[in-house]
Amino acid sequence: MGTRTAPVSSWASDFDVLAPEYVADPFTIWDQLRSACPVAHTDRRGSTWLPTRYADVTAMAHDVEHFSSLEVAVIPFEGEPPDEPLLPYGLPPISSDPPLHTWTRRLLLPWFSHRRVATYEAMTRGLCRGLIDGFASEGRADAAADYAQQIPVRVIAHILGVSPDLADTFTGWVRDVLEFADDPERRARGVQGLLNYFIAEVALRRDEPGEDLLSELLRTEVDGAPMEESLVLGAAALVLIAGVDTTWSAIGSSLWHLAAHPEDRARLVGDPALMDLAVEELLRAYSPVTMARVVTTDVEFEGCPMKAGDRILMNFPAANRDPEVFDRADTVVLDRAHNRHVAFGSGIHRCAGSNLARMELRVALEEWLARIPEFHLDGEDEVTWAGGQVRGPRRLPVVFG
Amino acid sequence: MGGRPGARPPAAAGGVRVRIRVDPDKCQGHARCYALAPELFDIDDYGLSTVVGDGSVPAALEEKARLAVANCPEFAIEEVPAAP
Repeated sequence: MGTRTAPVSSWASDFDVLAPEYVADPFTIWDQLRSACPVAHTDRRGSTWLPTRYADVTAMAHDVEHFSSLEVAVIPFEGEPPDEPLLPYGLPPISSDPPLHTWTRRLLLPWFSHRRVATYEAMTRGLCRGLIDGFASEGRADAAADYAQQIPVRVIAHILGVSPDLADTFTGWVRDVLEFADDPERRARGVQGLLNYFIAEVALRRDEPGEDLLSELLRTEVDGAPMEESLVLGAAALVLIAGVDTTWSAIGSSLWHLAAHPEDRARLVGDPALMDLAVEELLRAYSPVTMARVVTTDVEFEGCPMKAGDRILMNFPAANRDPEVFDRADTVVLDRAHNRHVAFGSGIHRCAGSNLARMELRVALEEWLARIPEFHLDGEDEVTWAGGQVRGPRRLPVVFG
Repeated sequence: MGGRPGARPPAAAGGVRVRIRVDPDKCQGHARCYALAPELFDIDDYGLSTVVGDGSVPAALEEKARLAVANCPEFAIEEVPAAP
């Protein structure tokens, strides 16, 4: 535990993405690193590099030969991953390189296309309204736990064809895997919970296939043979893991911003046509997701001697705050017109669920602002943030009305 | 060939000053262009974008075209000179 909890001696050579000050305010640290040491290094949890400039992050995302996706967890497993026998390929396509990446990704993409996502919008809107009905009369709510956290998990359950009654259970597993990855027991519990659940669901669908994503994966043939079950399990687990606290964090951070910035809130309420650009700007400013890569062969990158096996933290959130690319990078400009943000990544691993996430974020904000146009933080100190792979508020008490 | 012939504006309506093209090798399906300028782009089930017609941009849509160019995270859209 020593290296994990020791204070950071230098952000350039000993950074720790789980340090409380980094979770609370990574922005200042990135700004310092960008001008002093744009690719930082640490030996905590193994030799790891942290790029902070847009140009570097996107260059690495495109160089899949040197920077492999075989290890994408920001917090690596300690020792042998406990799930290895069941998931030899991890969670494809996110944890794979071409060629496996290419065809598994093509299986998932149509489920998250523009056209398909439009068919999930009414269900999402109804869900948001129902949640707001539950607390609107109370004049206060935890916008993270009572609202943001409740939305994506139910939309994903709908797409996978699994019961929304288990939403809290799914959320617990996903948090164990991503948010509490530093706790080996908790992480193993989340992985086992998810796997056992999907193994049982796969067995049910073999007897009684439906029209859901899980059934479709089971119907898929590869070179004349059914897709390997470990691939089906991995892809299904990926959809749940990647689709839950990522979007929930984006919704929560956006509501946090609007609660803390009354001028932006009033502007958005007064001009709903701003919403599409505002959603992109909030995604840029509060990008939730960092992914990892593993160095395949020794390579020098921007003067940094990277060794095979070193890990890279693909710092998309810092790239999106790079003043070389974004004018007033640390300011939220709701109608920002030039916004090549990479909140959903860059290159061949661009988030497969980006259309869905955008729709959920837009609908969640539209419904909230329509019912609760005036709200503010119920004490800044009460807000808690999670960090690491996914950054967003976990407790966000607001008052209104 | 392909596309929508009707989408190409007649030269009489102010002419076409701008054309755009999408580099299929760079496009990764972020779909930002389609969200910002659905009149100018088509998108397939995998998110890959193509220009409508031959990419000619009606004068009234030039602003939207520039917005699409300036929001593509892959730098996959470029403005090219309109055909004479």
